[in-house]
Amino acid sequence: MRLGVLGLVGIAAMLYARHRFVPATFGETGHYRAAAVDAVASGKIQYAGAAVCAECHDDVAGKKAASYHRTLSCEICHGAAARHAEDPEAQKPVVPRERGAACLYCHEYLPSRPTGFPQIIERLHNPVKPCIGCHDPHDPKPSQVPESCSACHAQIYRTKAVSPHANLSCETCHAVDPRHRQEPRAFLPKKPTDREFCGRCHSKEAPGDREIPRIDLTTHGGRYLCWQCHYPHFPES
Amino acid sequence: MPEDTTRREMLGRFAQFPCAAMLLACCGPLASIAGATERKYNAKDHYYGMGIQVDRCIGCGRCVEACKAENGVPRQPFYFRTWIERYQIRAGGEVTVDSPEGGINSFPATEEDKDVLRSFFVPKLCNHCDNPPCVQVCPVGATFKSQDGVVLVDKDYCIGCRYCIQACPYGARYLDPRTATADKCTFCYHRITKGLLPACVEACPTGARVFGELKTLASPLRRMMRMSKLTVLKPSLNTEPKVFYSDLDGEVR
Amino acid sequence: MAERFEHLRAALGQVQGYIYPNEIELHWGLLVVLYPYITGLVAGAFILASLAKVFRVQEVVPTYRLALLTALSFLLVAPLPLLAHLGRPERSFEIFLTPHFKSAMAMFGFVYAWYLMLVLLLEIWFEYRADLVRWSQKERGLRRIVHWVLSLGSRSLAPEAIAFDKKAVYAITLVGIPSAFLLHGYVGFIFGSVKANPWWSSVLMPIVFLFSAIVSGIAMVLLLYYLTTLLRRRELDMKCLDKLASFLLYALIVDLSLETLDFIHRLYESEESIKILATLIFSKLFMSLTIVQILIGTIAPLLLLAGARFSSLPPELKRVAYFIAALLVQVGIFSTRWNVVIGGQLFSKSLRGLTAYKLELGGIEGLFTALALLVLPFVILFVLLKILPPWPEARADAEIGPPAPATTTSVGPGHETAKDATVV
Repeated sequence: MRLGVLGLVGIAAMLYARHRFVPATFGETGHYRAAAVDAVASGKIQYAGAAVCAECHDDVAGKKAASYHRTLSCEICHGAAARHAEDPEAQKPVVPRERGAACLYCHEYLPSRPTGFPQIIERLHNPVKPCIGCHDPHDPKPSQVPESCSACHAQIYRTKAVSPHANLSCETCHAVDPRHRQEPRAFLPKKPTDREFCGRCHSKEAPGDREIPRIDLTTHGGRYLCWQCHYPHFPES
Repeated sequence: MPEDTTRREMLGRFAQFPCAAMLLACCGPLASIAGATERKYNAKDHYYGMGIQVDRCIGCGRCVEACKAENGVPRQPFYFRTWIERYQIRAGGEVTVDSPEGGINSFPATEEDKDVLRSFFVPKLCNHCDNPPCVQVCPVGATFKSQDGVVLVDKDYCIGCRYCIQACPYGARYLDPRTATADKCTFCYHRITKGLLPACVEACPTGARVFGELKTLASPLRRMMRMSKLTVLKPSLNTEPKVFYSDLDGEVR
Repeated sequence: MAERFEHLRAALGQVQGYIYPNEIELHWGLLVVLYPYITGLVAGAFILASLAKVFRVQEVVPTYRLALLTALSFLLVAPLPLLAHLGRPERSFEIFLTPHFKSAMAMFGFVYAWYLMLVLLLEIWFEYRADLVRWSQKERGLRRIVHWVLSLGSRSLAPEAIAFDKKAVYAITLVGIPSAFLLHGYVGFIFGSVKANPWWSSVLMPIVFLFSAIVSGIAMVLLLYYLTTLLRRRELDMKCLDKLASFLLYALIVDLSLETLDFIHRLYESEESIKILATLIFSKLFMSLTIVQILIGTIAPLLLLAGARFSSLPPELKRVAYFIAALLVQVGIFSTRWNVVIGGQLFSKSLRGLTAYKLELGGIEGLFTALALLVLPFVILFVLLKILPPWPEARADAEIGPPAPATTTSVGPGHETAKDATVV
C-alpha cells in the first residue's frame, strides 16, 4: 500500500517532467526538434560563389569564362569572400602571388591525377620564378605551346621513358593534329587500329634492329589486337 | 542561372556608359540579396543528393579546404566533414590507400612505381543515407533526416554519447572538440536552402562533385545519373546512400 | 584541448595501414569498458540470488542476501561511468524525456529504472521488511531511525504479512530474471546491432555478454562471501562454496563454448573483414585476448575449478583454489569487455588499417577515475552491509520469526557424507 503510493507519486513526477521539459518544437516533423533545422540553416555564409564575383568583376570574370580556368571558382584562389561581396572595403580577398601559393595544389605533378591534366614538376619547371610571371591566372595559357606531350601526359611520358619504347616518340604511334596542343578536346589524337601497325616493327619480316622482339603476326595472339594484352607505354619484355 | 547571365550581358552592353555601369554594378549585389529573400524555402519541395565523378578528381584538396573554411570545422587533421583518399593498386593485387591530413594540402609526390596499375583519387563525405544507421541509433533524437533528405545534427540537443559515430560505416562523423557534440557534413544546409551550392561543389575545379535534386527534372545530378553507371559505398549494408559515384573502382571501401 | 590534440597527433604516428581520417579518435574508452563490466556483475549476482529463491538451490541460500546487496551496490555505480563519458552529461536527462525507441541505447533509462526500482529495491525491501521491523523495534539511536525509515513505517509481523513477503520475493525474483537478462542483454545488443562494425556485429553478442555476466557475477559473490565470512571470523559453508564453484564452472563452460562458436563461425564464413580482424587478433589484441582473456581468464580458472571441485583435496585447499579461480575470472571478464569495446575500435572500417588506444592515467577517462569507480561499489556495499546486515547471526538475534537457514560447519577433511554425494 505504501509502495503503491510511492509508485504513483513517481509516475506523476515523470509525467509532469515530460510535459514541462520536452523542448517546444520536438516531434513536429519527426523525432527531433524542428527548430534545429532552422538553427542549422542560419549558419554564416563564407563563400559568396562565383556568380556573385562576376557582378562587380565582370571584366576578369568574362576573360576567365573563356579560358581554361572557366570552371575554377574565384574564391578557391582568392579565399572566402562573402564579407567582401557585402562590403568590399571591409575585407580584401587574398591575392596569391608567390610561387606555390595556389597553383601547385592542382598543377604539381602527381602520377595519380587523370591523364590530360596539365602538370609540372615544380623543382624543374622554371625554378624560383613566380607562376604568374609567365601565366595569367585568369587566362592561363602556357607561355609557349608545349613542345612535349609530357606537359599534360606526364605520367604516361615518364612511364614510357623507362620502358623498351623509350626511344619512340609519341607521334610514332599517335597521329596528332598540331591544334591538339591548344584545343585538346576538340582535336583528339588518333590511335592505331590494326595488328599490322605494330607488325611494322615486331613481325618477323619487318626491317629494323635485331633487338626488337619479333613474333609471327599470323599466329601470335589469335584474334586479339596487340594492345589488348600488351601495354604500349610499358610493354613487358 | 539564367538571371545572372542576363545581368552580365546587360552590364557588358552598358559598359560604354561609366555612370550607368557604376550604378548597375552597385545594384548587382543588392539585387541578388533581394532575389534570395523573395521565395521562402519549403523543405518539402526539395530532395538532395550528390554525385561524384571519380575520373575527374585531381586530388587538389580545394574542397577539403573550402569545407573547413565555410563551416568552421576545427583545423586539426582529426576532424573532417569531407576528405580525399588516394588509391594505388599494384600488379600483385596490393592496394595502398592514403589521405594525408584528409588531402587538404593535396598529396606529396610519390616515386614513379612501375608496379602501380591504377591510381586515382576518391572524395569522401557523409552519404546522407536514406536509411541512415546513425539516425537509428541516436538515443535522444539529436540527429535526424530532414524533410529535404539531409541528415543533420542538433548540436543543442546532442548528449555526446558517440553512438552515431560508431554506427556510421563510412567514418563520416566526428566529435566536435569545442562543443563535445557529434558533427558532420550538412551538405552546407545553410547554403543550399538559399539556392547556393555546397562549398565543396563550389570549390571543385574539374566538376568532379555534382550537387542537385533527386526528384526534379533538370539538374546536373539528374544528368549524371542518366549518363553514368552509378555505385554507392558499402551497398550490402543497405544504408541507401544518396552520394552516387561514377567510375568507382571496386577496391574502394 | 591542446593536450588532446597532442594525444591524437601521437596516435597518428601509430597508425598501421589506412584508417578514415575521423577514426583517429577512439571514442569509447575505458569508461565504456567499465559499464558492461559493472552491469554484468549486477545481472550475474542477481541470477545467483534467483538460484536460491526460484530454483530453490538450498546450498547457496547463505549468499542470497549478500548477492542482492552486491547487485544493488554495483547497480548504483553503473550509470556513473556513462555519465562521465558523455560529451554533455548535463543533457543526460534527455534520454528520459525524448527516448528514441529505435535506438538500443534509449532503453537504458527504462531498463535501468525498472530494474532498480521495481526489481532490486522492491525485492530487497520485501526480503528485509520483517527484519527491519524487528530491528527498528529493538534498537536505539541512529540505527533505529534508519531502519524505521527504510521499513516505510510498516509494523506488521503477523504470519500473513510474512507469508506475503515470501510470495512477493518469489514473484519479484521470477520477474527479475528476465529483467536481469534485459539489463545486461541490451548492452550486448548495443554492440551486436552495429552493422558498420564487423567485430561487434553478431547475433551472439547479447548471449555472450549475458553469460560473461553470469560468470563474473557468481565469481564476485563467491569472492565477497569468502572475504566477508573470513573478516567476520566465521566458518565458511563448504557446501555453499562447492555449489557456487559448480555453477561457476558450468557457466564458464557455456561461456567458453559460445566464444569458441563465434570464433569458429567467423573463420568458417571467412567474410571480407577476416583479414584485418586476424591481423588485429594476432597483433594489437594478442596479449589481452589470447593470453589474458582466454588463457588466464577462462582456461586457467576452468581447470582450477574442475580440478578442485571434483578432486579429493582437503576443503581448505579447495576453497583457496575457488578463490583464485574467481579472481582470475574477474580479470578474464574485464578483459573480455576490453577486447570487445576497445578491440572493435582498433581497426578501421575501411578494413585496411589498425590504430592504437592510449590509456591515460589522469583525466575523466583515465585509469584513476576507472579505479575509483571500481572501488566505489565496495564502499557502498560496506555501508549497506552495516545497515542491512545479511548475516545469519543478525537475523538470529530476532526473538520471533522463521529460523535462519542453518550454517553447516565444514566437515573434516576427506569426509564425504551421503548428502555431499548428491550435491553436484
